Amino acid sequence: MSAPETHQAIDAVWRIESARLIAGLARIVRDVGLAEELAQDALVAALEQWPGSGVPRNPGAWLMAAAKHRAIDMLRRRTLVERKHQELGRDVEAHLAAAARDADLAMEDDFGDDLLRLVFTACHPVLAVEARVALTLRLLGGLTTQEIARAFLVAEATVAQRIVRAKRTLSEARVPFEIPVGADRAERLSSVLQVIYLVFNEGYTATVGDDWMRPALCEDALRLGRILAEIAPGEPEVHGLVALMEIQASRANARVGPSGEPVLLLEQDRSRWDHILMRRGLAALARAERLGGAFGPYALQAAIAACHARAVTPQETDWARIAVLYETLARLEPSPVVELNRAVAVAMASGPAAGLELVDALVSEPSLSQYHLLPSVRGDLLEKLGRLDEARAEFERAASLTKNARERALLLGRAKACAPA
Amino acid sequence: MRFMMLMIPKGYEKAEPGTMPDAKAVAAMTKYNESLQKAGVLLALDGLHPPSMGARVSFPGGKPRVTDGPFAEAKEVVGGYWMIQVRSKAEAIEWASRCPASEDEVIEIRQVQEMADFPPDVQKAAGRPA
Repeated sequence: MSAPETHQAIDAVWRIESARLIAGLARIVRDVGLAEELAQDALVAALEQWPGSGVPRNPGAWLMAAAKHRAIDMLRRRTLVERKHQELGRDVEAHLAAAARDADLAMEDDFGDDLLRLVFTACHPVLAVEARVALTLRLLGGLTTQEIARAFLVAEATVAQRIVRAKRTLSEARVPFEIPVGADRAERLSSVLQVIYLVFNEGYTATVGDDWMRPALCEDALRLGRILAEIAPGEPEVHGLVALMEIQASRANARVGPSGEPVLLLEQDRSRWDHILMRRGLAALARAERLGGAFGPYALQAAIAACHARAVTPQETDWARIAVLYETLARLEPSPVVELNRAVAVAMASGPAAGLELVDALVSEPSLSQYHLLPSVRGDLLEKLGRLDEARAEFERAASLTKNARERALLLGRAKACAPA
Repeated sequence: MRFMMLMIPKGYEKAEPGTMPDAKAVAAMTKYNESLQKAGVLLALDGLHPPSMGARVSFPGGKPRVTDGPFAEAKEVVGGYWMIQVRSKAEAIEWASRCPASEDEVIEIRQVQEMADFPPDVQKAAGRPA
C-alpha cells in the first residue's frame, strides 16, 4: 500500500471507528473532551506507525489500546504531580484498568450504550444549538473541523472554537456521561433528533450558499439517524425521524434541475425517486407506528412525506389526508410554518380560495415576517386565482427574502411569468 | 456516495442448483451484516442462487436468445451483493476488508453512478427535465 493509500485507509478507519473509540474512552475517563483528545492522540500514533507497519488486522482495537495507554500515562503523571490526590489517583487507576477491560468487551460487541451516552452528551441542552451540531458531527459523525466548516460555510477557526468551547462547557457543567432516564429523557431525546434533522435540512435545502443541496450532509445525517435507530430501537420518534429523512432523501435526485435549480415536489419526475430509500423510509415509518408512535411530530411529518411517496403521479396525492395530518401536527406543535403547510394541502384538496383564506390569516404573524415561503405560497395561490399583479408582488417579495441563490432565481422566474404580457 | 460490494465466490459458476452456504459461514456473515447495519452504512443486501438455477439472455444479431444456466463460459459469477452508503472509496474498501470471507471469495467494489456523474446529454436522455 502506498503512503497516500495508507492515509486514505487511516481516514476510512477513523470514519468507522472514531465514534465508538471516543464513546468507549469517555466511559473510562468520564470526560468527552478528554476522550476525544485521547482518540486524536491514537490517530496520530496510527498516522506515524501504519504507513510503515501496514493497517493492523483489527484497527479499532489497535486505536483503543493506543488511546488507553495514553490515558493511563496521563493519569499517572497527574497523580505524581498531585501527591495529595494520590489515593484518589490509585482508585482512578484501578477503575481505569477495570474499565479498560470492560471497554475491550464493549469494543467487541455492545458499544451501543456508550454511543448513546455520547449522542446525549453531544446534544446536551447546556450547549448552544450550533455547538451541539458541531460536536455531534465531530464526535459521532467522525467529520474533521474542516469538513464541518465547509458543510456549514463558516470559517474553520469558528468551528474549532465552537468545539473547544462546547467541550469546556460540558466539562465545567459536569455533565454526566450517561443516558438520561425518566422525565428528562424525552426532552433530551428531542434535542438529539433536532440536531440530526438540522444537519439533514442544511444539506437538503441549504440556507446559505450557491448550491440548493449538499447531499453529503444529508448522508451524514441519515447515517447518524440510522445509527441512533440501532442503539435506541425502542424510541418511536427515532424511527419517525429516520423515516422522514429517508423519504425526503429519496427525492433528492429529482429535486435538482440540470443547472442546479430546484424542482418543486409536484413537478418532479417521480420515476427518478430512489426506491431503496423510499422503501426504507416507509419501513421505518411502519416501525414507528408499530411502537405506538404514529402521532409523534417526526412520524406525522414522515406520514405526510409517505403520502407523496405512495402517489405514483401528483394527481393521485391524497391531499385530504395530508391536510388532516398537518392539522394533527399543528395541534401537537402549534407553529405558523405547519399552518402554512396545512394551507397548501387544503388548497390542493379544496381549491386555492380555501387555502388562501388560511394563508391570509398568517400574513400578520410576526415570526413569518422574514420567511420567504409565506409570500411564495401566497403568490402561488394568487396566481392560481388569476390575481397576477398581487402574485407577482408576492413572488418578488419571496425572492428578496430567501438567502439561497437558486431559490431566488426560481422565484424571480415565477414573478416574471405573472407580469402582463 | 454509494458502492455495491459484489461477492464473487470461486466455484459458484459450477454450483449445483439449490447450493446453500453452510450454517457457520452464514452465522459469521450475519454478524458482519449487523455491523454494517449498526454503523448506518447498509442500504440493501441479497444473496443469489447459483447460475445453474438462472438463465442468460444474449442478443445475437439484436435478437434475444435464452441460455439456461450453468454457463460453461463463465469464469466468475456474482453470489450476492451489498449496497452501502459511505463517504469514500477507501471507506468501502475498509468495510469490504472486514468481511469474514473465505480464501475462495473475492469482493469487487463498484461505485454506483449518480445522475450528477453523467454529461448533460446523457442526463437529458435519462429523462431529467431540461
